[in-house]
Amino acid sequence: MLKIKDLHAGLEGKDILQGINLDVKAGEVHAIMGPNGSGKSTLASVVAGKEEFDITKGEIDFNDEDITEMDPEERAHKGIFLSFQYPVEIPGVSVTNFIKTAINETRKSQGLEDMPASEMLKMIKDKAAMLEIDRKFLSRSLNEGFSGGEKKRNEIFQMAMLEPKLAILDETDSGLDIDALKVVANGVNKLKSEDNAVLLITHYQRLLDYIVPDYVHVLMDGKIVKSGTKELAYELEEKGYDWIKEEMV
Amino acid sequence: MSFKDKLLSSYIALEDYLEFDSPLHDIRNEAIKNFEEKGFPTKKDEAWKYTSLKSLLKPDYSVYSNKERNVELKNVRKYFLHEIDTYKLVFVDGVYSSFLSETTHDTLDVCLMSAALNKSKYKPVIEAYFNKTAKSDSLTSLNTAFTKEGAYIHIPAHKEVEKPIEIINFSTGNEDAIFLQPRNLIVVGENAHVQIIERHQSLSNNEVLTNSVTEIFAEKRAYVDYYKIQNDVSTASLIDNTYISQQRDTVCRVHTFSFGGKLVRNNLNYFQHGEHTDSTLKGITILEGKQHVDHNTLVHHTAPNCESHQDYKGLFAEASTGVFNGKIVVEKDAQKIDAFQQNNNILIDDKATINAKPQLEIFADDVKCSHGCTIGQFDEEALFYLRSRGIGLKESRALLMYAFANTVLESVKIPELKTRINKLIANKIGVSLGFEL
Repeated sequence: MLKIKDLHAGLEGKDILQGINLDVKAGEVHAIMGPNGSGKSTLASVVAGKEEFDITKGEIDFNDEDITEMDPEERAHKGIFLSFQYPVEIPGVSVTNFIKTAINETRKSQGLEDMPASEMLKMIKDKAAMLEIDRKFLSRSLNEGFSGGEKKRNEIFQMAMLEPKLAILDETDSGLDIDALKVVANGVNKLKSEDNAVLLITHYQRLLDYIVPDYVHVLMDGKIVKSGTKELAYELEEKGYDWIKEEMV
Repeated sequence: MSFKDKLLSSYIALEDYLEFDSPLHDIRNEAIKNFEEKGFPTKKDEAWKYTSLKSLLKPDYSVYSNKERNVELKNVRKYFLHEIDTYKLVFVDGVYSSFLSETTHDTLDVCLMSAALNKSKYKPVIEAYFNKTAKSDSLTSLNTAFTKEGAYIHIPAHKEVEKPIEIINFSTGNEDAIFLQPRNLIVVGENAHVQIIERHQSLSNNEVLTNSVTEIFAEKRAYVDYYKIQNDVSTASLIDNTYISQQRDTVCRVHTFSFGGKLVRNNLNYFQHGEHTDSTLKGITILEGKQHVDHNTLVHHTAPNCESHQDYKGLFAEASTGVFNGKIVVEKDAQKIDAFQQNNNILIDDKATINAKPQLEIFADDVKCSHGCTIGQFDEEALFYLRSRGIGLKESRALLMYAFANTVLESVKIPELKTRINKLIANKIGVSLGFEL
């Protein structure tokens, strides 16, 4: 589904990603772990199409199509979703209106009519219930005055509504207490199927107890230096990242 | 003949028609003398540094238009807040339109300045309030000298006016170029509440220059909500001179929505005369083309324990220009003042300009005074967030513009007006979204 080939990307002349190779197939869950500043969030942003970064080399393919130069909205229309580490506040636009706009813009790009209001309402109701989101929450301004946990839950709500093929969750676990983490993880697991894939970006192993990855990759200094199964995550939790550095030497 | 000379000779002609022995005649004479001495302001005047009236003074304006013009309701209905019941004072080419208006004398007076100036029963109010603010400003003086028509609104004490009052000035284009000088007097009695909407609208593409003066007096504990809708055609210009005099425990809020017109200058002046007064000035300016809007505000704090809040948002596209000149004066005895001023601007295109100038003159030593001014482009992170959800670049920008302006809309107390402004903003930004803004 997602194929990243020798990806080099940077910001203002500074190289951040230095040759990433990654192959995520439908039905799989991949976790990217790594210390602060290793390039995890950059990788997530570049796949979602953030224009600020310069791609100097390499290619990103999504379902056998080269999306390296594609606009973020086009990528979203093709089924890529990024759950933001720091979701942006949009005063005056309610969660409901925002998600309606997002869904109908995506449908428009596919030549479809707007989703009928009754269908939209039912979907909103179901997905909100799944994520234990209060109805009042949906009429609040998007992310404005939300707690860290509310913002993350709202991101997963949007994911549930948009039903992406590839969901990239950037530090979705940070700022969540254990109960909120369980709800969010439960939501992601329910959305998981043989047809979609999840890319988890995380600092801690904690999230991986609830969303179990098929593969774990360690990102350091802009490169994937080690890949393994979920056992690798436990090892990292126990020993930190230094041993990998030593191993590399 | 310059426009100034034309006006001066018109005044002499006007004198023939006027009340000769009334005190009003002295006021007019004094005013025309002041205008004659000072003339139209130029860029050499500090307060007019960024706004030039030069090109506006060139057309050969018609100064009087005495015929009542017929305007069909169906053609202008959209300019009224027709979703709800309102009082209406409508003027067409400066002449009162009884057909389009809805006035009252039932407990409150919503009627005409011409009537108030000429009928003896209004004399005490006129003598107590008319032209009691800003006698030194030359444009205000010009209006005073020619005062003829406008809105006269008098709310007695303890009266809560049950519906908004609309003041609408239409120009038809029957003259090639017209100079209009509406004069409004609004007196809000003790503990009375009123909501007023003011609009200037040209119905053609002929030149219109309006030099409007509005005096508002809020007696103690009065509550005034005033909305200015400036969405005129690109050949119409407006100089709005508004003076608000507040007694103790009053709340006066003016919202100015500037979306249209060729040149708009808002001189919005607040004078606080008693303790615990609250002055709120808010504005949304969205411009394009070569439009120019200048907000020149003054809040004069003379009494202790008062507040003022200013929040102006501006979005400037293409080669449009904005000016924000916000002056706050805190006199020596005005202790414990909380004065807040915020002016945020987004320049959408490279050719757009904003000139922002906060001016604080504080003579008291125990005050809280803050001001902030930002000029920026779109927040790239926010734009990426919206686009990553499948919302196109243009629509994402529109959403951000809307969010940016929204804090000003929150305090609009008439829901139907709020919806209207939302639609105007959406229309101005030029997008249709999946929901109504």
